[in-house]
Amino acid sequence: MLREITLGQYYPADSVIHKLDPRVKLVATLVYVVSLFLFKGVVGFAVITAFLVLAVKLSKVPFLYMIKGLKAIVILMILSALFNLVLTPGINPVFVLGPIKVYPEGVRMAVLMLIRLSYLIVGTSIMTLTTTPNQLTDGLETGLAPFSKIGVPVHAIAMMMSIALRFIPILIEETDLIMKAQMARGADFEKGNIIQKAKNMVPLLVPLFVSAFRRADDLAMAMEARCYTGGAGRTKMKPLRYGKADALAYIVLFAFLATVIVLRIFGY
Amino acid sequence: MSIILDHVNYTYSTGTAYEIQALKDINLTIEDGQFIGIIGHTGSGKSTLIQHLNGLIKATSGAIYYNGQDIYDEDYDLRTLRTKVGLVFQYPEHQLFETTIFDDVSFGPKNQGLSKEEAGLRAFEALSMVGLDENLYYQSPFELSGGQKRRVAIAGVIAMHPDVIILDEPTAGLDPKGRDEIFDLISKMHEEKNITVVLVSHSMEDVAKYVQRIIVMNDGEVMFDDTPDEVFKHYKELEQAGLAAPQVTYLMHELKEKGLDVDVNATTIDEAKRSILKALC
Repeated sequence: MLREITLGQYYPADSVIHKLDPRVKLVATLVYVVSLFLFKGVVGFAVITAFLVLAVKLSKVPFLYMIKGLKAIVILMILSALFNLVLTPGINPVFVLGPIKVYPEGVRMAVLMLIRLSYLIVGTSIMTLTTTPNQLTDGLETGLAPFSKIGVPVHAIAMMMSIALRFIPILIEETDLIMKAQMARGADFEKGNIIQKAKNMVPLLVPLFVSAFRRADDLAMAMEARCYTGGAGRTKMKPLRYGKADALAYIVLFAFLATVIVLRIFGY
Repeated sequence: MSIILDHVNYTYSTGTAYEIQALKDINLTIEDGQFIGIIGHTGSGKSTLIQHLNGLIKATSGAIYYNGQDIYDEDYDLRTLRTKVGLVFQYPEHQLFETTIFDDVSFGPKNQGLSKEEAGLRAFEALSMVGLDENLYYQSPFELSGGQKRRVAIAGVIAMHPDVIILDEPTAGLDPKGRDEIFDLISKMHEEKNITVVLVSHSMEDVAKYVQRIIVMNDGEVMFDDTPDEVFKHYKELEQAGLAAPQVTYLMHELKEKGLDVDVNATTIDEAKRSILKALC
């Protein structure tokens, strides 16, 4: 019953985007997010939309799959649109209801906010859908490697991330299993008020924590048994190397960024 | 009084890249009082199948009847079904959560709406049935050994007084002594209380010794459904499905080939011993 959660889940497919170096995808996501907050007018918006559509098409991931992520933030989107609508000051109100005044500027801000948020989710989900968690942390580790010179424990952070990501599906499965096991003993996770519901969670949470700690312990032991000592001097079985496709992707990316910046300067 | 599965199909993650059809057109009748073994290698659909029997998973298509009633009926009470068809999951000790063993075993009966006294009585009865030392009843379940934890977890299901008890690999990860204890406990339950028992396993040896009927699952389908003797006659096909007949079966077949007149249908060591002695005398 918990299987449907798509928390940055990898969607296997054979596409150009899947094969790109994770560092390219990380940079691309960053550039894309920045561009979302740079554009001012319709032309800029059109360029970004074209970029997004191109990425979605190339990724070969069904579009519906990406939209799923939007469901989780529907409330956030509605709230932020509402606040922007009501709280943005202006001159000529288009709509007045008691103390609430809606100005054209507010409408503009609300629409912009909705577009930005939904584009943000869909765009970033392309990265998580086309990159396995392992590739992602690999990319982060190599990409952030220069920062280790100033004392940032890059390897440790990347290792923690990859372990955390790796355990998400396992813990989801475990939750599902324990829930079923307790339901088989007559537990009910739906009935009652909030306090009752919280109490009903005890038979689920206690075994889940116990098992999470047990797994963490086992993993730590297994890593130590294989002489894991951290990042210094560690080599990789599959080191990341840029290919031709990656170079091309960088060119497209910087062309895109340059276009967005130029458009911004001229106010389109 | 029985469980009937009528053309049951089940598909995981429908409509995604991970779509798998776990059950394909399953038709089964589980009669009262039977001792049944379900065998199949990993991924053959055994665990999915048994979770259908108490309504934890809803079939994609097909119907399941318990005592003549359709369990997918809108007003059918699935919680009552789950107390009638007790399911012990794999590694059931991972579901223990209470501060004392006694409280943990009372969890099921309490969910059935029994009074504290009655639930306590059920817990007491179930714990003595699984043979746990009385001194341990008020200790934390997390302090027990693996085998003891497992018995406590099984007691948690027995305490609900189910009519059918399903056990998914109840001996996984136990040493031979713990394994024998669990199997003896299960066959004791079956004999004394006349409970229907469904035992899921991938070990033919264990299953052959206890059950009256074997259901072999392969790739989401029922491959064989018969008495152990009949099923093990197909030992060559079982091998192709990634399973093996009991070692005794192989031994008897080889003896027969070498010219000793033994009964090739012997499935347990005792039967084999008698048959070999008879052939030699």
